Amino acid sequence: MSPSQPETGVKTGQHAAEAPALMVRARELRKAYGAFEAVRGIDVDVRPGEAFGFLGPNGAGKSSTMRMIAAVSPPSGGDLRVLGMDPATQGPEIRSRIGVCPQEDTLDNELNVRDNLVVYGRYFGIPRKEVAERADELLSFVQLADRAKAKVEDLSGGMKRRLTIARSLVNRPDLLLLDEPTTGLDPQARHLLWDRLFRLKQQGVTLVLTTHYMDEAEQLCDRLVVMDAGRIVAEGSPLELIREHSTREVAELRFGVGEHGALAEKVADLAERVEVLPDRLLLYTSDGEEALARVHERGLSPVAFLVRRSTLEDVFLRLTGRTLVE
Amino acid sequence: MMSDVATTPRRIGRLDLVGRQLDYWVTVYKRTWRGSAVSSFVMPLLYVTAMGVLLGGFIEQDPSTLEGATTYLAFVAPGLVAAHAMQTATGETMWPVMAMIKWSRTYYAMTATPLRPSDIVAAQLLFVTFRVATACGVFLLVLAAFGVFASPGGLLLAWLAQILIGLAFATVFFAFSAILKNESGFAIVYRLVVIPQFLFSGAFFPIGNLPPTLEWLARLTPLWHGVDLTRMLLLGTVDVPLALVHVVYLGVVTVLGWWFAASRLTKRLAL
Repeated sequence: MSPSQPETGVKTGQHAAEAPALMVRARELRKAYGAFEAVRGIDVDVRPGEAFGFLGPNGAGKSSTMRMIAAVSPPSGGDLRVLGMDPATQGPEIRSRIGVCPQEDTLDNELNVRDNLVVYGRYFGIPRKEVAERADELLSFVQLADRAKAKVEDLSGGMKRRLTIARSLVNRPDLLLLDEPTTGLDPQARHLLWDRLFRLKQQGVTLVLTTHYMDEAEQLCDRLVVMDAGRIVAEGSPLELIREHSTREVAELRFGVGEHGALAEKVADLAERVEVLPDRLLLYTSDGEEALARVHERGLSPVAFLVRRSTLEDVFLRLTGRTLVE
Repeated sequence: MMSDVATTPRRIGRLDLVGRQLDYWVTVYKRTWRGSAVSSFVMPLLYVTAMGVLLGGFIEQDPSTLEGATTYLAFVAPGLVAAHAMQTATGETMWPVMAMIKWSRTYYAMTATPLRPSDIVAAQLLFVTFRVATACGVFLLVLAAFGVFASPGGLLLAWLAQILIGLAFATVFFAFSAILKNESGFAIVYRLVVIPQFLFSGAFFPIGNLPPTLEWLARLTPLWHGVDLTRMLLLGTVDVPLALVHVVYLGVVTVLGWWFAASRLTKRLAL
């Protein structure tokens, strides 16, 4: 452990001896709702200062995991430590040092933009004068300073999301939890949000986020786990995952409607692996242009084609047999 | 300092966590106080004029049938106050609680902070207590102008009794709202629980006029205990053992309701 870590103030509790300072440490973590098991025994380590992602389709167990880490939903089994503390007994202490940006908007429509920050900041026991200063700072940070007195319901989706992020920062958290932070936002709003999250990361805030967007995971995450049906199916940096689970390049071929299944056999030997999607064939290969040339040599002429690098989407498809955004 | 000092962060106390919600409730109250101030002043005037003065004018008074009151106005006034405490408390803990669970989802924002559901329940019940105390305080002062109360001491104790009545109803209805899946249940409870108690728990007529079975049913309702307690205090006809029964009954309902509200909200928000 380096002495430069105290910035995050991580307290490791009784695990100090065997583990380095971890922001989140989960072992065999489970969550069941009645007979339905949303999270089926996952191991997760989040290190100080990193941006960690949970990638997976809807229903994979991402949000349930996030709610357990946020110390609002008690685990059904396994062991969980957040900032070295036990969420079951030290919920208030954990929550006073984390920030939460939930998937569904929980802003108070009855309060104006600035009061949403002030009232929320008071829940952390921050003195009134200080919370007022922080509110103004944060409104500038998320570019909403000119909307301080506006009603929340008059804000656009992107503005509301930025306000929610500002609110989650009012206690200067060591750990920021973001559940699908950019779902439903337009591209401009997403890029603005990514930029703000990147700045936070540079300031040393540990980010844990869920997403079902590959580009978001690639942009933001140092490390991520791919979840499917309550389990972790792969883990690593975006590059490692692509290297390990996919080929360097992918040739995408689009033929006529309904022809993809039959044509897959004719090109099977041209790639390491062929994936059949309803609207196209994916040829996984180290050299996409070469594969494409051979396809044409065989007299097959796709309506459209494209060679690209592998992405996390391909990793996901490989691991689960499904695309991420359905 | 050694690092193990840091492994047990200072526990945040209950009072601290409840107190942190003051600014929220002050903000809510600032937005709504005008409406509630007008209604808590005008409503008692309307009621006491219609029921006490006008309706009471038709009622032939035989003091022996009016539980110690010398006029119908003096009889009905304490009942109106206690019923007002019930109405205020239930009104504040039905739709507003469901709104904070389902529509504004304010509770979810609150539990993302150090606050626990039980802290939220405590702060909101304190707010409801404040609403009952002010609404019934105004009600009692308006009625006092009609000269129907026995003593200032009784008036003060009756005011405290309204807080207890309010808490008994607020805690139970909070728990109910925390369980209820959708708001259609409120209409049913309002018609089957709130209105029948309002009409038949001794606020408007002595429950001795009811058939024996119904009379005993009426004696089991929290509102009857509240009405009878309020009437004793305001008319200066306190029967100490019976008054104690009322206080204990309402106190027990409050404690059980409070515990139930906290545990139901905890369960609801943990899903």
